[in-house]
Amino acid sequence: MALVIVLIVVAVVLVASGTLVAGTRSRRRDAVLTRARAPKARPSEPVPSVTTPAEPGTAPQLEIQAVHPALKDRLGRARGLLAGYLDQVRGRKGIDEATFEELEEALILADVGVTTTTRVLRDLRDRLHSGALSATDPPALLQALQDDLTSLFEGDVETLAYAEGEGPTVWLFVGVNGVGKTTTIGKLALRETKAGRGVVLAAGDTFRAAAGEQLESWAERADARIVRGSDGADPSSVIFDAVQHAASRGAGLVLADTAGRLHTKVNLMDELRKVRRVAERPPGQLTEVLLVLDATTGQNGVVQARQFTEAVGVTGIVLTKLDGTAKGGVVLAIRSELGLPIKLVGVGEGPEDLVPFDPTEFVSALFG
Amino acid sequence: MFDTLTDRFDAIFTRLRGRGRLGDAEVAEVLREIRVALLEADVNLAVVRELIEAIRARCSGAELAKYLTPAQQVIKVVNEELTATLGGQALKISYASKPPTVVLLAGLQGSGKTTSSAGLARWFRQQGRHPYLIGADLQRPAAVEQLRVLGAEIGVGVFSEPTDPVSVARGGLAEAQRLGRDVVIVDTAGRLAIDRELMDEVRRVSEAVRPHYTFFVVDAMTGQDAVQTAEAFHQALQLDGIILTKVDGDARGGAALSVKQVVGRPIAFLSTGERVADFEVFHPDRLASRILGMGDVLSLIEKAEREYDEEVTGQALQRLQTGTFTLDDFLDQLRQLKKMGPLTGLLSLMPGVPKEMRDAKVDDRDVGKIEAIICSMTPLERADPTVLDGSRRLRVARGSGTSTTEVNNLLRQFKEMQKMMRGIGPMAKLMGGRPGNPSKSSKGTRKKVKGGRVTPSSKGLGPSR
Repeated sequence: MALVIVLIVVAVVLVASGTLVAGTRSRRRDAVLTRARAPKARPSEPVPSVTTPAEPGTAPQLEIQAVHPALKDRLGRARGLLAGYLDQVRGRKGIDEATFEELEEALILADVGVTTTTRVLRDLRDRLHSGALSATDPPALLQALQDDLTSLFEGDVETLAYAEGEGPTVWLFVGVNGVGKTTTIGKLALRETKAGRGVVLAAGDTFRAAAGEQLESWAERADARIVRGSDGADPSSVIFDAVQHAASRGAGLVLADTAGRLHTKVNLMDELRKVRRVAERPPGQLTEVLLVLDATTGQNGVVQARQFTEAVGVTGIVLTKLDGTAKGGVVLAIRSELGLPIKLVGVGEGPEDLVPFDPTEFVSALFG
Repeated sequence: MFDTLTDRFDAIFTRLRGRGRLGDAEVAEVLREIRVALLEADVNLAVVRELIEAIRARCSGAELAKYLTPAQQVIKVVNEELTATLGGQALKISYASKPPTVVLLAGLQGSGKTTSSAGLARWFRQQGRHPYLIGADLQRPAAVEQLRVLGAEIGVGVFSEPTDPVSVARGGLAEAQRLGRDVVIVDTAGRLAIDRELMDEVRRVSEAVRPHYTFFVVDAMTGQDAVQTAEAFHQALQLDGIILTKVDGDARGGAALSVKQVVGRPIAFLSTGERVADFEVFHPDRLASRILGMGDVLSLIEKAEREYDEEVTGQALQRLQTGTFTLDDFLDQLRQLKKMGPLTGLLSLMPGVPKEMRDAKVDDRDVGKIEAIICSMTPLERADPTVLDGSRRLRVARGSGTSTTEVNNLLRQFKEMQKMMRGIGPMAKLMGGRPGNPSKSSKGTRKKVKGGRVTPSSKGLGPSR
């Protein structure tokens, strides 16, 4: 340990003094002068408050609508770009280098990433050389590619798991900032209360301004209970209280929100580890740790998935904002590198737009 | 998984050097590596193609062969091309002759508009202006509430009412005029570029307030889609600049390059953290190095400048050069270093730090231990560690609540460091002799760390070339 620190000290002395000797470098003190360094106070004794929706008695009857908007329709809105490449491929008489280049570009533009793209295409090439695929049949090649990509998701369990026996099921939601954790929880709460489950929301994002208020308005809409801590409270304690509350009220499901955090922040990831430890403490039974991922995310998504999995054992991915022009191809890279299943996808603003993941539809939408 | 570009190029060129000649085939191989690196950094495919052509034109094999270090040369060219693409004219805010100057922020959901609005307001205040915030995001629950909390934090008024975005914007503007505010920042709801209705709405908001500046807020982690989104927003709103957010993560931020290229307007600001204060003006050269995965020495320097006491550091440098750097000096430096934030973050800013080290989790508590050890020594011991015999070491260990092993470790490392420094003393002078040349100081740092690699105790870090 000492070595690294000694080296850093010296390196920084050199860097700092190197410029200090130079002396005259203009100092950009404008925007960054007084960067607040002290972490927001996190009082050790949070005062959780329990809010119950106005009319708890009016839980709606079991009424699961068969809403499953066709992913392809949603995704199809802006497929022009990719479709162009693939039409070119289809329209050709034979398969040559240009074909592969076009496929490569199509996959990369869908954010599948160079590594996964290269591997998938190498596989296709091999089959072409071995004669398993005809060199004069571009549509068959496309079909083979689609099948390959779809089969990446084979054997996945796409449903969310409920605990068996006593104690509330706990689903923990994690992810970087702005991916839609709170919104996802709100929509799920609506779905689960509609299915007749007692739902408690744990407002574990005690950091971002008004995150609690945001979740509270969802709780009202979904007719779910919510447990909140004071701003800056320890998120673990909020989740602990939520589990206790759910257990005492006989509510079956706790949806635990956490503050968005970049996976590079060591202390925040440590905080999340603690949240997980607390969430799985009986009577709570932690069955899902869901990484919420924004479909617009590029190759950094793989890094995010890896880091969050390492820290808190992610069990599945929720892919949000798929209704835009982004294809969310990074989940293919995540699936093939880390083996994480995709459990839910968000294809619109409405609560009914959070739907189970369908690999076939996803891949064919990718192809336009 | 992903080595830095420099390492990859080095591998290619080392292989070539044996053969002596650098042909077009080799250059093509290098260009392929660059292409992959740029794509991995999420630079849009079309933009990558343009860049590669520009780089190819400047890197003919014959020309490269003249350099002792063709790898460095290629990197330099790539870096210059990236900087040129990212840079261009910087955005200079000119204030409206008839205040208020109106600024509108738009972008996808979750890109960081609300936080950026507050960050921008704070920045304007630092420029001596009197900003006012308008919360026109009536879509996301509690978005206005969030803006109010942030506004209160920085002491900037926030206007909003639960009507519709267009009348909120109009009302807010009137209120700002009444209050005599000279800058108005309008935060809008996140929307998808293909949502015609919502794009229409933001256009109406824009028409209502006639912004002098419209900024597109984009997340540094965005992938290939950045281009299409930016295009659509540009068409609807005529963007004036870009705000790049979540730059504090480890995404390489290639999206910035794509967006810049498509919109043709400068990247104006960076949001580098969750706090309102983490908001700064953009510097193209630094992002270029980052996209290439080369660390960010300039930010490190700036950080150091902010936190370091010049006088103490100047003395420390002198002592380093003359070999009279004592444990006391070391303690001073360590304490200054602590002010700069977690050590792990610092490592990632330094180029040339071996991957093993960059990934090593530096426990900041260890810094405390080292501090305690040194503090438990007498002035004599600090000035001349050689007097520390077994019994003194035991006393120091007890005094600092550590073990003799830890004390021994520190002393051994410190000795190694002194030895190493004697070698680079002249080098440090060289750095000093080139005022304000960032690329030189970056090289200096890299050399230095490499110096560290050859010390016997740093086995396992592995020399890279």
